[in-house]
Amino acid sequence: MNALLNTSLTGNDMLFLLKGAAGTLALTAIAVIAGSLIGVVLGVVRAERGWLLDRVLGGLCDVLRSVPLLIQLILFNSFVSLIGFPLSAFASGAIVLSLYMAVNCAELVKAGIASVPRMTRWASRSLGMTYACDLRYIVLPIGLRTVFPSWVGLSLAIMKDSALVSVLGFFELLKSSQTLITRTQEPLLLLLIVGAFYFALSFPIARLAARFERSTLR
Amino acid sequence: MDIFSGWIPQFHMNYVFQWRAVWASLPHLLEGTLVTLEITVLSMMLGVAFAIALAMGRMRTTGVWYHIATAWVEIARNTPALFQVYMAFFGLGAFGIYLSPYTAVLAAVAFNNAGYLAETLRGGFKAVPDTQMSAARSLGMSGLQAHRYVVLPQVLRIVFLPMTNQMVWAMLTTSLGMVVGLKELAGVTQLEQSRTFRTFEFFLAAAAIYFLMAKAILYSARLVAWRSMKRGA
Repeated sequence: MNALLNTSLTGNDMLFLLKGAAGTLALTAIAVIAGSLIGVVLGVVRAERGWLLDRVLGGLCDVLRSVPLLIQLILFNSFVSLIGFPLSAFASGAIVLSLYMAVNCAELVKAGIASVPRMTRWASRSLGMTYACDLRYIVLPIGLRTVFPSWVGLSLAIMKDSALVSVLGFFELLKSSQTLITRTQEPLLLLLIVGAFYFALSFPIARLAARFERSTLR
Repeated sequence: MDIFSGWIPQFHMNYVFQWRAVWASLPHLLEGTLVTLEITVLSMMLGVAFAIALAMGRMRTTGVWYHIATAWVEIARNTPALFQVYMAFFGLGAFGIYLSPYTAVLAAVAFNNAGYLAETLRGGFKAVPDTQMSAARSLGMSGLQAHRYVVLPQVLRIVFLPMTNQMVWAMLTTSLGMVVGLKELAGVTQLEQSRTFRTFEFFLAAAAIYFLMAKAILYSARLVAWRSMKRGA
């Protein structure tokens, strides 16, 4: 426990960790934004374009959700290499995380659309709204309210899962800490710093989402 | 734990898939699969046991047990699973606790499971009306009996599906064993591919096995649910 008090961590090391944190945040931001966009399209198609398309796409989504993200990352990375189009660890990680976000987000979008009563949508269409208008002004506001807390939870899960991109060699937060641990031999201190960072980001947001959920349920 | 950067071979377009190495290593992969299943089952059992205690602690809303349970649940849910594995494997050393890769992964996954399951169980307990307990007690059951025969069966029915999903998730999470050198499915795959340099083939095979395991868990859970519901109704 002495290691916690006289540490050999320097200011530069903290800068190094901050860079890692920036990498984590960049990966998360890309994956959440790209994944949500793809996920919305995928979800609307799955919910609105017939059961056959839903089944086929659902089966594909299921594969991505039943294989560990770690394996997906390695597979994708070696796949792009073997087709002669090697990507950086960051790019591979961002793509795999985005797809993972997309398939899970599609599930939420489907649930959100299902939460809008069919009568409400018929009413909007019979008032002369186009299909697009119905989606934008009727389904979106009602559906978003029901699935928004889950979407926040999903985004936070992506933030935590971005730690896995370290196996491809990308210096996100957790890998940066591992590098410093190799030098300073102070695993506990560094892990506590890193854990505190994830916690400080995830905990308040999760709490806010839970409060939002309670307030909309009431 | 730098295990991939630097040496992944750069293939060309004329890559030839070779599955022979994978076939030859299949017995090893299946051994790894068994380790994965073993840790999954053990981590679920430990997870449920701790989750019951945690859920009880969380329902008090005050006192030292409440705070311990809350800290556990929030840390488990708000930090990466990989961080929890590292903590068990490298971090505990500062306290003089040195775990083997197996124990470290089991401890981390069980810790994680307990955190998530505690909230699931708490939701389940909340969903059973208090009057059920009162009714059981007024029939002369002891507190323990009322829990055992009246409350818990109802809770179990509510939390069964989320628990199944948690088990799949735990199974997928055990793949983190690879980064601490555990010879579960992902770890064995990693070892075998580093011997043969057939990265893609090996990890594709592993992905297929993980997929089948996930399906097996979901379908057997559905079977169990169907049979018990039939008896219950």
